[in-house]
Amino acid sequence: MLIMRHELLLVLITVILLLVELFLPAGRKRLVILPAILLFGAVTALGFIPGPAGSLFGGMYCTTPLILMMKNILSVGVFIVLLQSVDWLRKEENREKISEYFLLLFSTLIGMMYMISSGDFLMFYLGLELATIPLAALAAFERFKEKSAEAGVKLIFISALSSGVLLYGLSMIYGTVGTLYFSDVLGRIDGSALQILAFIFFFAGMAFKISIVPFHLWTADVYEGAPVNITSYLSVISKGAAVMIFTILLYTVFARITVLWKDVIYITSILTMTLGNLFAMRQQNLKRFLAFSSIAQAGFILLGIIGQSQMGMTTVVYFVLIYIFSNLGAFGVVSVIANRTGKETIDEYDGLYRTNPKLSLTMMLALFSLAGIPPVAGFFGKFFLFTAAAKQGLYILVLIAVLNTIISLYYYLLVVKAMFLNRSDRPIEYFKSDGYSRLGLILCIAGIVVIGIVSPFYEWINQYAFGIY
Amino acid sequence: MNILLLLIIIPFLTIIGILSTKGNRQARVVSAIGMTFQLITAAVIILWFLAERRAGNTAEILFASNYVWFETLNIRFAIGADGVSVAMIGLTAMVIFAGIFASWEVDDLPREFFTSLILLSSGVFGFFISLDLFTMFMFYELAVIPMYLLIGIWGTGPREYSAMKLTLMLMGGSALILVGLLGLYFNSNLRGGPYTFEILEIAKQHLPLNIQLYFFPFLFVGFGVLGALYPFHTWSPDGHASAPTAVSMLHAGVLMKLGGYGCYRVAVFLLPDAAHKLAWIFLILTTISVIYGALGAVWQKDLKYINAYSSVSHCGLVLFAILMFNETAMNGAIMQMISHGIMTALFFALIGMIYGRTHTRYVDEMAGLMKVMPFLAVAYVIGGLASLGLPGFSGFVAEMTIFIGAFQNADTFHRVATIIAASSIVVTAVYILRVVGMMLYGKINDPHYEQITDAKWYERLSAGSLIFGITAIGIAPLWLSSMISEGLGPVLQKLLLAIH
Repeated sequence: MLIMRHELLLVLITVILLLVELFLPAGRKRLVILPAILLFGAVTALGFIPGPAGSLFGGMYCTTPLILMMKNILSVGVFIVLLQSVDWLRKEENREKISEYFLLLFSTLIGMMYMISSGDFLMFYLGLELATIPLAALAAFERFKEKSAEAGVKLIFISALSSGVLLYGLSMIYGTVGTLYFSDVLGRIDGSALQILAFIFFFAGMAFKISIVPFHLWTADVYEGAPVNITSYLSVISKGAAVMIFTILLYTVFARITVLWKDVIYITSILTMTLGNLFAMRQQNLKRFLAFSSIAQAGFILLGIIGQSQMGMTTVVYFVLIYIFSNLGAFGVVSVIANRTGKETIDEYDGLYRTNPKLSLTMMLALFSLAGIPPVAGFFGKFFLFTAAAKQGLYILVLIAVLNTIISLYYYLLVVKAMFLNRSDRPIEYFKSDGYSRLGLILCIAGIVVIGIVSPFYEWINQYAFGIY
Repeated sequence: MNILLLLIIIPFLTIIGILSTKGNRQARVVSAIGMTFQLITAAVIILWFLAERRAGNTAEILFASNYVWFETLNIRFAIGADGVSVAMIGLTAMVIFAGIFASWEVDDLPREFFTSLILLSSGVFGFFISLDLFTMFMFYELAVIPMYLLIGIWGTGPREYSAMKLTLMLMGGSALILVGLLGLYFNSNLRGGPYTFEILEIAKQHLPLNIQLYFFPFLFVGFGVLGALYPFHTWSPDGHASAPTAVSMLHAGVLMKLGGYGCYRVAVFLLPDAAHKLAWIFLILTTISVIYGALGAVWQKDLKYINAYSSVSHCGLVLFAILMFNETAMNGAIMQMISHGIMTALFFALIGMIYGRTHTRYVDEMAGLMKVMPFLAVAYVIGGLASLGLPGFSGFVAEMTIFIGAFQNADTFHRVATIIAASSIVVTAVYILRVVGMMLYGKINDPHYEQITDAKWYERLSAGSLIFGITAIGIAPLWLSSMISEGLGPVLQKLLLAIH
């Protein structure tokens, strides 16, 4: 029981919300917001209480301290997403679907948690689907908006395709080794041609989820069309969960063909960060902009994965943690402004600092963290990713990556320039954001400032990363 | 507590102070108070350092502290100072002090201005006291980023373009440095033990030549970008010309020295064999820097551009001298960093003050300013004379030492390079004297200039403190040069091993 406490608690609050939804009269639906957030906050807090780790259902489900920590990281991220979406949920057009939002969001989170702690490919696939399908519904949440509906359809198609590809790969693995349990598979991977093909399919399937070039094409459209909070959820939590399980699988199940996947990751990493960066430079819409920036960030994460060692695992988790706070910070500001003024292009942010200094500073901190500028957390995250890659002697890759951070700095500075340097005749007027968003942003700022400088965070992750590798 | 930590803590407290003020006046008063304390701390550090040395403390590094930061990666917050870093701390404190007073009249978002400026200076201080490559790198980037906002918001001319160009080029330099640092880190345990970023630990290793040759270019070029190494100097003229006064002062005066200091402390010190082997390439580049900068300055009409190109020339001389690998030249290099730092800060401060009065920076649009603002004009002449190396000022001491040291290398290549570089002094005289003649003497050519008033108290304080620095070093250079040469010891030892 205690081993599965994250998932069980989430299921519990999902059921509670369903019941509450049944008895709430129409028109009073917004009353559900506060209890839902409080309940989820409680679940997040409970998750941090250390508990036992182990496996259930004959090894189909297993957790380690590292996996528990990953779940906690994801929960914190989702908590911030929830805080940021309150303002949007209160809008007229969303009034009647507030509980659906929470239900769908929680189910995807449950899916991700099952995915992360899966012990065999079946469980992994179930978790993946549970994490993906409600997401499509969420992306199409503003269904009266053409773009949002389009995003939902695109997401469901691309998920179906990638799941298909992934399943094909998994079936080949099953064909060659005769088992789906990770612990059995990893001993029987011998690098035969069919297994290599299977790995390629598996990789492609995961690459869709993490939006690694050349499987990234859906990202920008879906991110732009979906409501801002869903976009931030997609780009941070969904991607983070996929990265985590991907890293675990590469390090354990596919450990025997490391030589092969290292080359694959090497090339896709360069492609991902370079293309992501080049496209991000030309974007005007901030959601598209952040979409491409998040593709580029995925490329950097691959750099940590390639540093295949305990250090690699630690840096990947550490970077994802920092990335969650930084990207949510950026998305939080975009979301607040989009909800209040409907403005979401970079030009419209001209002169923002003079009217809304706090929001601009938050945005700047978040962008600097994404760019990897000291003393904010992103610097440490990136530096350690590079260190992990350099440990393998891949100095050329590190050089390409660092040059890519310079390109990324350029476009992040474009936003900073709009907010701080440019003047505008009609700037976004001063407004006071709602309490929930502000709390969410404060959490983000705290994360961005503290996680890097305060070294115990890194040590904490490192201490558990030992378990998996 | 380690006194060096004060150099980080005071700016931090000052920033908190500034952010809690209201109104322009308070912000600048708070910054002035904070930076005065900083200057006092720096002075105390210098005096304490000299006293320790006199008392016979021969430790390589004084005021050393070492705190564990990231335990698993063995990243430490290691600080300490030798003669060279103490000298650089003094320089930085002096320039930022003068910079605050030179930007007394900033009225657009003054709190943000002083916050960024002081944040920048804290990055510089952190860089100079770091003995761990990780923290050094962190402080380096911390010093570069506020520059973007400072130039972009408060700059003049094509400020957005210049700010972006400067930031990206300097961060490009830091990209190269990062690769070099990681290379050093993963080769730092050749004799066993954990990897380390600590400079003194790495210096104890003797890295294989092929590794040294691989990483030396990354480090030297990376730091060289900040030191305006040809052909990576192009950010400098644009950046300096667009930057507001205090930022030009701090940037040319101190930030460019980070490049020279990094080349000296990291590239040459930790990779001496490669430095010896590859010196000829960089010697050619620095010689080009020296001459090209000087000639570039001759052709410019904008005062800031003139000074920016002259900075390229003078900073080129620093790298040039470091590559000569002997005590005299290296001593000259550090002296030149200090001397040029103060001198160029003085120039940029004066240019800012002159521009504030005449609203032009073009030399040919001004004339006869000596009559209406004697203080500023005389200060400008003093700066100019120091720049062209007149005895009695710091410039003479530094350049003389450099060329004597450089000439000690008896082969043709070094001598030719030295002769070419030395000829830049003549070119310097051309552009300095031309500016002084056109701008300060002659008849006033614009009736508006009749109404100009001379320097206000804060401007006098700013310029006066810098002039004091130039002349103090010029008249009594020995305490400084002996302090520096003690610091040079370990570096020279390693180099001598490499050469023989």
